[in-house]
Amino acid sequence: MADERTPRLEMRGISKTFPGVKALNNVQLKAWGGEVLALMGENGAGKSTLMKILSGAYQADPGGQLLIDGKPVAITDPIAAKQQGIAIIYQELALAPNLTVAENIYLGTEPARGGRIDRKAMREGCRPVLERLGAPFGPDTVVGGLSIAEQQLVEITRALHAKSKLLVLDEPTTALSSRETDRLFGLVRQLRADGIALIYISHRMAEVYELADRVSVLRDGGYVGTLTRDELSAESLVKMMVGRDLSSFYTKTEKPQDSRGPVIMEVQGITDGGRRVKPCSLQLHQGEVLGIAGLVGSGRTELARLIYGADPKTGGKVALNGSVLTVHGPEDALAAGIAYLTEDRKGLGLFLDLPCGTNINLGVIERDAKRGGVLDLPAGRRRAADAFKALRVRAASPAVTVGSLSGGNQQKVLLSRWLETGPKVLILDEPTRGVDIGAKSEIYRIIDELSQRGIGIIVISSELPEIIGTCDRVLVMREGVIAGEVGGPGGAPITQENIMAYGAGAAAQAA
Amino acid sequence: MSDVNEKPAAVAMPAPGTTDATTTAPAVAGGAGLSARQVQIRSVVQAIGMLPVLIVLAIAFHYLGEGRFLTAQNLSIVAQQAAINCVLGAGMTFVILTGGIDLSVGSILAASAMAALIASLIPGWGLLGVPAALLTGLFFGLINGSLVAFAGLPPFIVTLGSLTAVRGLARLMGSDTTIFNPDLSFAAIGNATIPITPTFGIPLLAIIAIVVIVVSWFVLRRTVLGVWIYAVGGNPAAARLSGIKVWRILLFVYCVSGLLAGLGGVMSAARLYAANGLQLGQSYELDAIAAVILGGTSFVGGIGSIWGTLIGALIIAVLSNGLTLLGVSDIWQFIVKGLVIIGAVALDRVRLQGNART
Repeated sequence: MADERTPRLEMRGISKTFPGVKALNNVQLKAWGGEVLALMGENGAGKSTLMKILSGAYQADPGGQLLIDGKPVAITDPIAAKQQGIAIIYQELALAPNLTVAENIYLGTEPARGGRIDRKAMREGCRPVLERLGAPFGPDTVVGGLSIAEQQLVEITRALHAKSKLLVLDEPTTALSSRETDRLFGLVRQLRADGIALIYISHRMAEVYELADRVSVLRDGGYVGTLTRDELSAESLVKMMVGRDLSSFYTKTEKPQDSRGPVIMEVQGITDGGRRVKPCSLQLHQGEVLGIAGLVGSGRTELARLIYGADPKTGGKVALNGSVLTVHGPEDALAAGIAYLTEDRKGLGLFLDLPCGTNINLGVIERDAKRGGVLDLPAGRRRAADAFKALRVRAASPAVTVGSLSGGNQQKVLLSRWLETGPKVLILDEPTRGVDIGAKSEIYRIIDELSQRGIGIIVISSELPEIIGTCDRVLVMREGVIAGEVGGPGGAPITQENIMAYGAGAAAQAA
Repeated sequence: MSDVNEKPAAVAMPAPGTTDATTTAPAVAGGAGLSARQVQIRSVVQAIGMLPVLIVLAIAFHYLGEGRFLTAQNLSIVAQQAAINCVLGAGMTFVILTGGIDLSVGSILAASAMAALIASLIPGWGLLGVPAALLTGLFFGLINGSLVAFAGLPPFIVTLGSLTAVRGLARLMGSDTTIFNPDLSFAAIGNATIPITPTFGIPLLAIIAIVVIVVSWFVLRRTVLGVWIYAVGGNPAAARLSGIKVWRILLFVYCVSGLLAGLGGVMSAARLYAANGLQLGQSYELDAIAAVILGGTSFVGGIGSIWGTLIGALIIAVLSNGLTLLGVSDIWQFIVKGLVIIGAVALDRVRLQGNART
C-alpha cells in the first residue's frame, strides 16, 4: 500500500557492529505516515538495536542511510532524533514519578517568563493534546499516582506535544490489562488516522493481526522481509521469525483419559481473607499439567503465592500426598516439594549480578553443603553444567552473570533453580513472558517432559494459546474465585471459547 | 509410567536439531552472551580493582619522601595503622553487601574498649577484658540487627541512632573519664611483633587484620551463608522467594559488624593501654565505609569483595602515613584524603563502564 508516496522513515543498509558481534547486518525498513508497521523478531534479532539507532542512542556503521521524508539525515544523538520528529516509547517508561503530568510533558523545555517557570502556559499548552487523546487525568496530576497505562498515555502525549511524526511503541502492552490494551489500540488507530507513522514492536501475534498494516521481520540481525496485511498468517510469520515451521511449537503428549495419576496436591479453601483470593480449592494430579487462566487481576498469581507461602493465608490448607503442610514461608513450601516460578523474573526471581551457576544452585546449596555450611563447589559446578546442558542455556559459561543473558536464557536459568530442588509440584507463573519464540517452544517441551516424569505442574498464563497448547485441564479464575473448569476426564473441551466464557462471567456452554 | 523411558526421547528428538541451529545465533547477535575470555578478563579487572592506585601511591610517596616510605620499618607502621580500619571495614563489607550500612562501629569500638579496660582492672582476671569487649560489640550489633531485621527500620536510621546512643553509653561507662591500665594483661595484642628477620617483624595487629580478612573471605565465598548474603543484597524479594530467611542474614551481618567493632576495641585498647569514651573511635565508621567503597563494593548491595576492602583500608593508611611523612599538615591531609577517595571511585566507575560495554 501507499508505495508511491515518500515514506516518513526509510532506513537503508543499516549495520551495527559491536566489538566481536555484528548486531545488525544490512537492515532496511520503511514506515509511512498514517500506517502501523509492526516490527517482529525473536529476542536478540536486532529490534532494540535498530530502534536505538533510530533514537540516536547508538550510531550505525558507516554506509547505511537514514531518510526522513525522503531527505537523508544524520541522527547523532537523542536530541537530533527529537528534532526529526521521532519519539520512542520504551517498555520501561521514562517519566519522573514525583512530577505532574504537565511538568513531565515539558521536561527540559519548560516555558519561562522572567526566569520563572510559566506554569499556567504549561498547563494550557498540554491541555489540548490531553483532551484530544481523551486522557482521564489533568495536567496537574502527579504521574506517580497513575497506572502504567495512564503513564504510557502521558508519554504519548509528550511525544505528540513535541510534534513527533514518527512514534515507536516498544512492547507497549506487556504491563497492561486487556481493557487497557483495547484503549491503547483505539489510541493507536486514532494516531494512524491523524497521519502519524507508527512502528509497533510486539511479540504477540494477536496484537499484530489487529493493528498492523504491514509487518517487517528481523532475524539474527538481518532483515527477513515484510508482509502486507493480506499476506499475514501465523505460519508465515513464525517461519520468518524462527526459520522453521510452527508444527513443533507446542509439545503436549496426550495422556489417555483413564491414566491420570493420583492426586498429588490438594488445596482446600485457601484464602487471604478475601482481599484478592476468596476461598479456593483445587486438586492437582501426578504428572498433570493444570492451567490457571483468567484475566490479569483475577487472583491467579495471588493464589499461587498463597500456596507457596509467599503471602500469609488467613484460612485453608494445602496437602501434599495426603499430609497437610505447615507453611509459614516459601522455605517450608520448598522443603515440602513445592516450587514456584515467579512471573516477575527480574524483580522477584533472579539475582542479576550473580553468576548463572549461583542462581541455579541457590535452592540446593544448603542441601549440598559439607559440614559447617561449607559450599560444595564441585557439586555446584556439576549441577550448573548439567542444567545448562539439559535446558540448553546459551551462555559462554555458568560463570557469567545471569543479567547478561537474553530473556529466554534467563528464564531457563530460573527454571533450573527450581528443577534442581527436585519438586513434586511446580507452579509456573507466566513461564514464557518476555521469552523469544525459540525458547518458548523449548520451555513447552520441558513442561511436557517434567509432567511425564510425574511432577504435578500448574501453568498460570495470560496467553490462551499457551494454556490450550500445554495443559491437560484448566481452571478459570475470576475476581478471586475459581469460576470454572474445562478439560480433564469428562470435562468440556479446552477451547478459547469455553475458557473465555468462564473468565468473562457467562456460564460456559455445556459440552 | 511404562512409557517414561521412551516418550521423552521421542519428544525431544526433533527439538535439538532444529532449535540449536536457530537459537544459538541470536544469543551472539544480540551481544547477550559474553565469550569465556571476556568473562575472564572482566573478573580479573574486577578483582584487581584499586590495587594499581595503591601501588602508584606507594611509589609516589617513596620518591617524594626521598626513599623513606618503602622501608621495612615504615611499612610495618602502615600495616599497624591499617589494621583496625581493616577489621572494621571487614564487618562493614558484610553489612554493605546486604545493601545496609553500619554507622555505629566507631561508637561500638569505644564502648568495647571501655568494657575491655574496665574488665582488665579486675585483679587476677585481666584477660577478661578481651571477651568483655567482644561481647559488648556483639551485643550492640545484635541490637542493630534486630531493629533492622525484625522491626524493618532503615539501617541508616538505626545505626545513626546507635552511633549517638552508644557513644553516650561509652562515656557513661567510664563516668566520662579516661581509664588507664599500665599493666594491661593483653597489651601484647597491640604492641607485639612477630619477628621475621632480626631487624624486621610483622605487628600482631596486622596479623589479626589479615586473619579477619581471610576468615571473612572464606565465609563470603566458600559457605552457604556467604552466598545468601550476596543474594539478599542483590535482590531481597527474590531471596525470600528462594527460601532464604532474610531476617537471619540481616541479623548475622550486623552481629558480625558489631563483633568486629568489639575486636577493634580490643586492638585499640591494647595499643593505647587506655580508653576514652568521648574520643576513641571518632569517625572510624567513615574510614571503614571509605575502605569498603574504595574496594569497589556496591552501595546498593550484592556486589563486592573483601579483598577490595583490604586494599581500600591500605590506601587510606598509605595516604595518612605518606602525607605525614611528607610533612603535610593535618588540615591538608583531610582535604587530600577526601579528594583521593572521590577521585579513585570516579576512576573506578569509568574503568568498569568501559569494560561493561565491550
